[in-house]
Order: sequence, then C-alpha cells, then structure tokens
Amino acid sequence: MMVHRIIAGLLLAASAASWGQDHGAAVAELAPADNDIGDIASLQRGAKFFVNYCLGCHSAQYVRYSRLGEDLGLTDAQVVENLMFGAGQLHDTMVSSMRPEDGAVWFGVAPPDLSLIARSRGVDYLYNYMRGFYADPSRPTGSNNLWLENTAMPDVLWELGGTRSAVFSEHDEDGIVTRSLEHFETIREGALNEDEYDQAIRDITNFLEYIGEPIQLERRALGVRVIAFLLIFLVIAYMLKREIWRDVR
Amino acid sequence: MAAAASDMVDRLGRSANSLKRWVDARFPLSKLIREHATEYYASKNFNFWYGFGVLATVVQVLQIVTGIALTMNYKPSAAEAFASVEYIMRDVEWGWLIRYLHSTGASAFFIVVYLHIFRGLMYGSYKKPRELVWICGMFIYVCLMAEAFFGYLLPWGNMSYWGAQVIVSLFGAVPVVGEALAEWIRGDYYISDITLNRFFAFHVIAVPLMLVFLVVVHIMALHEVGSGNPDGIEIKDYRDDSGKPIDGVAFHPYHTSKDLVIITVFLIVFAFVVFFVPDMGGLFLEHANFEPANVLQTPEHIAPVWYFTPFYAILRAVPYKLLGVILMGLAVLLPFFLPWLDRSPVKSIRYRGWIFKLALAGFAVSFLVLGYLGLQPVSDTYTLLCRLFAIPYFGFFLLMPLYTSWEKPGPVPDRVR
Repeated sequence: MMVHRIIAGLLLAASAASWGQDHGAAVAELAPADNDIGDIASLQRGAKFFVNYCLGCHSAQYVRYSRLGEDLGLTDAQVVENLMFGAGQLHDTMVSSMRPEDGAVWFGVAPPDLSLIARSRGVDYLYNYMRGFYADPSRPTGSNNLWLENTAMPDVLWELGGTRSAVFSEHDEDGIVTRSLEHFETIREGALNEDEYDQAIRDITNFLEYIGEPIQLERRALGVRVIAFLLIFLVIAYMLKREIWRDVR
Repeated sequence: MAAAASDMVDRLGRSANSLKRWVDARFPLSKLIREHATEYYASKNFNFWYGFGVLATVVQVLQIVTGIALTMNYKPSAAEAFASVEYIMRDVEWGWLIRYLHSTGASAFFIVVYLHIFRGLMYGSYKKPRELVWICGMFIYVCLMAEAFFGYLLPWGNMSYWGAQVIVSLFGAVPVVGEALAEWIRGDYYISDITLNRFFAFHVIAVPLMLVFLVVVHIMALHEVGSGNPDGIEIKDYRDDSGKPIDGVAFHPYHTSKDLVIITVFLIVFAFVVFFVPDMGGLFLEHANFEPANVLQTPEHIAPVWYFTPFYAILRAVPYKLLGVILMGLAVLLPFFLPWLDRSPVKSIRYRGWIFKLALAGFAVSFLVLGYLGLQPVSDTYTLLCRLFAIPYFGFFLLMPLYTSWEKPGPVPDRVR
C-alpha cells in the first residue's frame, strides 16, 4: 500500500510538473479530491448532477442505467424518473443526445466519453479541473481553465458555482515568464455557497470514479474474504508440510 | 454393513489396480509418475529462492485458463476491441475478475521469472551439467517477452497503440531491410486493425503453444540432470544402499507439500493486488491505456510496461538508434552465454569470492535502477544515469571470464548443509 502511494505520488508529481511546463498558468499542486467511493448518498447526488450537467454533451457509453440503479440503491422507477430524461430502455447505456460529430464542429473537439475518465486522468485532476474555471472574455466560451488552458469546455456549472475571474501574478525568471494564480474575484454569485459547490464537485468526481469501475464497490469486500480463506488454507498447508517433512533430518 | 462396505472398497481397489495395469501396458503412466514425482529426488535444503519455478508454472496455468475465458468475449478488431474489454469489465459475469487475474498475472509472471532467473545467477544453476536447462529457460523468457508484447496491444488503449508503434518501429533501425521488415510485422504502414488481428493470433495460440512446449523441454532437461541446490553440489554423488541420494527427498510428497505452502503464500499476495490495487497505481494497468487508441494523439509520455523498462532504458541511453537496438538486444542475449562466460569451478554464491558477489549485486541494482529510469520521461540527468548503470549490467557478463578465473573460491562441502 505504501509503495502504491509512493508510486502514485511520483506519477502525480511528474504529471503536475509537466502541466506546469506545458501551460503558462503554473498552478500549485492538485488539491486532493477526498471523495469517498463508499458514500452512496454522494454517488446518488453525483449521478443526478451528471445527468443534469454533463450528459447533455458527454456520454458514458459503457454505463447502463440499470446497473446504476442496482449499485446506487435506486428502484427502477427512481432511475427512470430521476436519471433518464429521454426515451430509452432501462438497460440502455448513458449515451448523450449530442452526436460527437456535432460536438467536434461546435466546440472544436468532440466531448470525450466519461466512462473511464477517472481511470485515465485520476480523480484529483477531475476535481481540480471542474473547480478551475474562470471568466475569460477572450475565449469563445467566455471561460478558461486553470488546469487545461484554452479548454474547449464551457463553464457548465456556473449556475451552481457562480462566475469568477482570476487574478494572476507574473514572474520573470531569466526571461521565462510564468503565471501563477493570486486569487479569484466573484463576478456573480451562484445558487450554492462555496462549501456546497465544493461538495457538488466532489459528488460528481465520486460518481466519475464509480463509473470508471463499477465493481470497485464490491471487489474489496470480496478480496477480504478470499484472503481470509487463503490464510486459513495456509495454516492447513503448513501443517501438512510439517507432518510430511517430520522424518527428514 | 461394515463388512459389505470394506468388501466394496476392496473390489474398487482391485478394479483400479487392473485399470492401472491395463494403462501401463500401453502408456508409461506409472513410470512417468515415478520418474518425475515419487522417485525424482531433489535436495532437501531448498530455500525460498527455489520456489519461483513452481510459481511460474502456476502463473502460466492461470494465464492460459483466464486467457481462454477472455477470448470468449474479447473482439480482436480495431473498432470493437476497446469496448469489448469494457464489456468484459462491466457486463460479463465475473469478467472483471478474469481480466484482473490475467492483467495482474502478466506482471506476476515477470516478477516470478525475474526472481527465478536471479536464483539461477546466485546458485550457478546455468553451470555444467545444466546448460541446456538454462538455455531453454532463456528461450522461455524471450517467448514470454513476445507474449507480453503481443498481448499488450489487444486492449487497444492509447498506450497499447503507441507502445506497439514504438517497439515495431525499432525493427526499422535494421539497415537496408528495416522499413520493409517493420511493415511486414505490422502488415500495414502503421499499427492498424490488421496488426491487431495478427497480434491476437500470436498471443492466443502461436506463442503460448511454443511456451508450453519449451516449459516441457525445460522440465525434462532438468529432471534428466537433477535439480541443483543452494550449495551448488551434486546430491547424486552420495547415495544410500538403495541408490537414492542421501541429501535428496522425493519430489512427491515432500517438495509438493512444500510447494503448496509457497503457492498459497504467493496467492495471498496475488489476491491482494487483484482485489485491492489491480492497476498498481498505473504500473500494471497504465492510466493512458484507459483511453482508446488514437492515431492522432500520442500519450503525454510513452513508456513500455514496467517489465520491459530496463531494456528500454538502455535503448534510450544510446544516441544512435541502431546501436541502441543492438545494445538492447545484447542485454537480452548475453545471459544465454553464461554457462561459458563463467569460469569458476564452484556454482553457489556461498563459496564464491567477493568480486563475483559485487558483480552480481551491481547487476541486480543496475537492473532495478534501469527499470525505474525506463519509466521516467527523458532528461539529460536520466540519460547520464542510464549510461552509468548500463556499465555494471554489461560488465557483469562481459568481464565474467576474467573475474571468475582470477578469484579463489572457498572450499565446497561434500554434502549439503
């Protein structure tokens, strides 16, 4: 586990460093998402946010509504009523009604499928990315992002989080100019206060981690039982070995 | 009642015996069991380093069984491969477990094989009369690399795609025929559906067939000359009145019962990875491979899976592509020649001098450091470190004839300790 953490840390440090190099806006390290995959209420809220704010453009083409219901403790009726807006069957996967070809034309790039985004980008990146939007009139979408400069994605959560502008300071080190974020300035308040908005983003992040690998809700519990069985078997195997080797000097 | 039951058992026993006689008259079943199990004697003082051979066999069986299950739902086509893997992960009953067993098994295969090879280096398992056991084992290792390389393309993730692109392009470094050779391997001008199809054929049938054959030969050669031991002496030299080696115990039931303990310990560690950290923080399943193959977008940083990175580090450390490819090939080929590079009269590290110990330690450390460096993005410091650590790697082999003849080995005991 320790080794795992160290490796993850190294990867994270390496990726954060390369982002800093690639983009002008050098930002501090990724804040930890601190989401809890076992928090079913959070996953339910995340699902609700996802279908309301993400699914318009992004698909999660490998995720079935029926599986969501099963894993998040929702009845079929609840799934249909709260998560499925279009026509469709319970066993369908979450496909956006916006065609990727249209997205490519409208935004310059087709909005990526989000089924596995948490596995390819990591939850911390997603959490920070979603929190990283700021107003930028020079952009066609009117907004920019701290973590992915000139992102094609608009600030779709403005209703909840409000709009803010970013104040940067510039540093000149041997002719290399880097920008770093000083602070945000609120332009317009959103429907949620800062803590509520933060939690909403954490819920979406949590949901994205869950759909990245739905079985993770169960596999750890199964792992405990498998290892417990193997430990008991180890005792038996060791006793057998000792019995058989008794006559070997 | 009891009499009837014992009569029944008696009759069953007699039938079983006559069936055995019937088979033995037509196929050497009992003979095989005697020669390879109940009367195959191996040293009684095996330490834990001697457990990795049986573990490699266990992992091989696991890979074959899980691999067969995966092919039942996997689709080897560029349009469907990525989605079919996610279908296995989400919709196929227990598909996620089968896939994680297989993907973790690939890394586990290399871990146990690397430790198995290191055991061979420490205790001189390659030395006379086990040269063929060793060479056959090296062929298994090369096949295993091919098997892993072909298999890594199959999920059709973006790292699969670009990893294969980079590795196949290495063949392009061969003078004159290089480009044609790379094209011949791909079956196309770039990695495509055609490449995926043929890699699937190699991964699921051609190479596994070769591996199974080589493993059988490896074990047959081993059982012909007999297993070594940590003292590097021949237990066959000291026999009791019945002709059985005094320091040996029968493979079955002695070593099999010990192996059962070793296998169980291995499975506990293995299950921990499968159920708790199946992607090993991006080492066993790389983050970039959760994005489908994209011809237009390379991953931020292309690196092969961890088990190839020592060789990849050597390749990258050389400024000329062809020379890099040659040195990388040499790094894989040199161990084949160990039986003749090593001039020492003793096998085991226990009775060798300090130069060998130092050279072996240098080799092991450089292998690990190169493996780490191969995972990192290129930088001047890392390239310098790669070159630095390539020295003990190659030195271990190339200087071996010198240092193994210079040094005076310690006295070797007659019997195992």
